[in-house]
Amino acid sequence: MLRFLLGRLGLLIPTFIGVTLVSFAFIRLLPGDPAELLAGERGISPERRAEVLSQLGFDKPYWQQYLDYIFGIFQGDLGISFVSKKPVLDEFMTLFPATAELAICAIIIAVCVGIPAGIFAAVKRGSVADQAIMGTALVGYSMPIFWWGLLLIIFFSGILGWTPVSGRISLMFFFPQVTGFMLIDSLLSGEKGAFLSAVRHLILPSIVLATIPLAVIARQTRSAMLEVLGEDYVRTARAKGLPPRAVIGLHALRNALIPVVTTIGLQVGVLLAGAILTETIFSWPGIGKWLVDSISRRDYLVVQGGLLLIAGIIMLVNLIVDVLYGLINPRIRHH
Amino acid sequence: MTNTSPVTKADTSKLEAESRNATKAQLTEFWHYFSQNKGAVIGLVIFALLVLTAVFAPLLAPHNPDFQYRDSFLVPPFWEEGGKATFILGTDAVGRDILSRLIFGARLSLLVGVMVVTIALTGGIIIGVVAGYMRGAVDTFIMRIMDIILAFPSLLLALVLVAILGPGLINAMIAIAIVLQPHFVRLTRAAVLAERSRDYVVAAKVAGASHMRLMFKTILPNCLAPLIVQATLSFSNAILDAAALGFLGMGAQPPTPEWGTMLAEAREFILRAWWVVTFPGLAILITVLAINLVGDGLRDALDPKLKRS
Repeated sequence: MLRFLLGRLGLLIPTFIGVTLVSFAFIRLLPGDPAELLAGERGISPERRAEVLSQLGFDKPYWQQYLDYIFGIFQGDLGISFVSKKPVLDEFMTLFPATAELAICAIIIAVCVGIPAGIFAAVKRGSVADQAIMGTALVGYSMPIFWWGLLLIIFFSGILGWTPVSGRISLMFFFPQVTGFMLIDSLLSGEKGAFLSAVRHLILPSIVLATIPLAVIARQTRSAMLEVLGEDYVRTARAKGLPPRAVIGLHALRNALIPVVTTIGLQVGVLLAGAILTETIFSWPGIGKWLVDSISRRDYLVVQGGLLLIAGIIMLVNLIVDVLYGLINPRIRHH
Repeated sequence: MTNTSPVTKADTSKLEAESRNATKAQLTEFWHYFSQNKGAVIGLVIFALLVLTAVFAPLLAPHNPDFQYRDSFLVPPFWEEGGKATFILGTDAVGRDILSRLIFGARLSLLVGVMVVTIALTGGIIIGVVAGYMRGAVDTFIMRIMDIILAFPSLLLALVLVAILGPGLINAMIAIAIVLQPHFVRLTRAAVLAERSRDYVVAAKVAGASHMRLMFKTILPNCLAPLIVQATLSFSNAILDAAALGFLGMGAQPPTPEWGTMLAEAREFILRAWWVVTFPGLAILITVLAINLVGDGLRDALDPKLKRS
C-alpha cells in the first residue's frame, strides 16, 4: 500500500512543477507593462516603475524569479493583493471555507439523489421511470448553470419569496467565525434563527452547483449497475433464491460503486469550475467569485496564487480518490 | 502503393468498388443503430433546424438584432399583457427584439462549436497519434503537459487564457479549444496504443510503409469512433463554456447577440422582466441538449460492446 501511495505521489511531482510554471508564466504573459499591471497604477514615473519592479523581483533574470517564486510557495508566500493589501494566502484561507461548504453540500445532494436515481433507473431498465430519470439527467447535464441559477432566483426568491437572493447569512446576525462554515458557526453562536437563515441562503446555490455532478453520477451509476447486473455472480445470487433487495444491495451495488467513486472524485474540478459561476450569481463570498472579481480588477497576483492553490486542491483530491480506489478495489493496487 | 505491383487496372477498380460497398454497408449499419435511439433522432432534427436558422438568420429574423426601438423598452412577449405582436418574444432593456437576437446568436454559438472542435480535434489527433506511436520520452513529455492542463478547472483556465489574450469571442474560442484539447490527445493516444501492435499494422510496416503513413493512414482511421463521440461532447461543452465566458464578461462583448452575453446584460432585470433572462438560456439549453442527445446516440451506435447488449 505504501509503495502504491508513494508511486502516486511521485507521478504528481512533475504535474505540480508544471502547475507552478503555468501560474508563474501567467503574469509574465499578460500584455502590457508588468509594473503598471501589478501596482494597479497607470502612467507611473520611471523611478516608481523601477521601485515596483525591484519590489516584486521582476528585475532579476527569469530563472531566479522562478526559484524565488518556488521558495515563496514553500514558505506560504504567494504575494500580496494590491487591492486589499493582504497576503493572497490569507485571503484564500478566509474565503475557502465558504466555497468548501457550498461544494460539500452540493456533492452531498448529488450523491444522495444521483446514486439512488441511477440504481432505480438500472433496475427498472426501459420503463417509463428509467426514461424519465435519464431524460432529466441529460437535461441537467446540458444545463447552463448560470441560467439555471437565475431561473431559481426568479421563481423561489422573486415569485415565492422563500429564499434570499444573495449572500451567506442575513445581515441581522453577527457572530464570530470559528470554523468558517456558516452552518456550524451559526449553530455554535446560539443565536435564534441564525442556522435557519444560513440554510435558506445555502439551499439554492447548492442545488445549482449540484446539478451537473448529480446528472453525471446518476448516468454513471445506471450504466455501472447495468454492467454488473449482467454478471454471472448476480445471476447466481438470484438463482440461489436471494430476495431482489439483497441481490442489488449486497452483490451488485458494491461492485457497481467502484467506478462511481472515481466519477465522484472527478467532479471536484467540475465543482470548482461551477463555483465560479454559482458564486458570481448568488454573490457568495467564496474563491470562485474572488477569482472572477480579481481577473476583472486586474489583481493578477491573486489570480496567480488562486490558480496554483486550486490546481493543488484538485491534485490532492484526485490523489485521495486514487488511494480510496486502491483500497476498495485491490485489483488496482496489485498491478 | 496501389500502382507498383503488376496488378491490372481492372483489379484495382474492383477493389475500390468493394471498399466503397463496405463503407456503404457500414454507414447503413450505423444508421440502423442510430435511428433506433429516438432521442438521438430528435436531437439530430433539432440540430438541423438550428443550423438552418443560423444559415438563414437574415431572412428569418423579424428585426435587425442591433436596432434599438426607443419606444419599446422591456416589452413583454406578445401573449403577456402589454406585449406587442411585432416583438414575439419581447424586447430587452434598450429596445432590441429578443427573437432576432436569439436567431443571430445561433450563428455565433454554432460557429463556436465548429471552430473549437476543429482546433481541438486537429491538434489533439496530431499530438495524440505522435505520442502513442512514438512512445518513450516524447510520449511522457506530451502526456505530462496534458496532465498539467487537466489539473485546472476548465472554466478557470479558459478565463485566465482570455485574460492573457484579451476578451472577445475569437480569443474565447482559442482558450476553450486549448482547454478541451487534452481529452482528444488522451483518447487518440489510448486508441493508437491499442492498435499499433495489431497484425494489420505490423503487416503495413513490413510492407515498407513510412511512419507518416502508418500513423495517419493505417492506424488513425481505426481509432475514429471514440473521437467522433468526444467531438460531439466537446461541441456542446464549447457552446456552454463560451456562453459562460460571455456571461462573466470575458467572451463575446456587447452588443454582440451572443446568448451568454445577452444573459449577462439581462441579469439586473431578473426580478422585473423574466423574458430577457429566460429565452437566451433556453436557447443555450435546447442547443446543448440536442447535441448531447446526438452524442448519446452516436456512442450507442459506434460502441460495439453496447450494441449487443
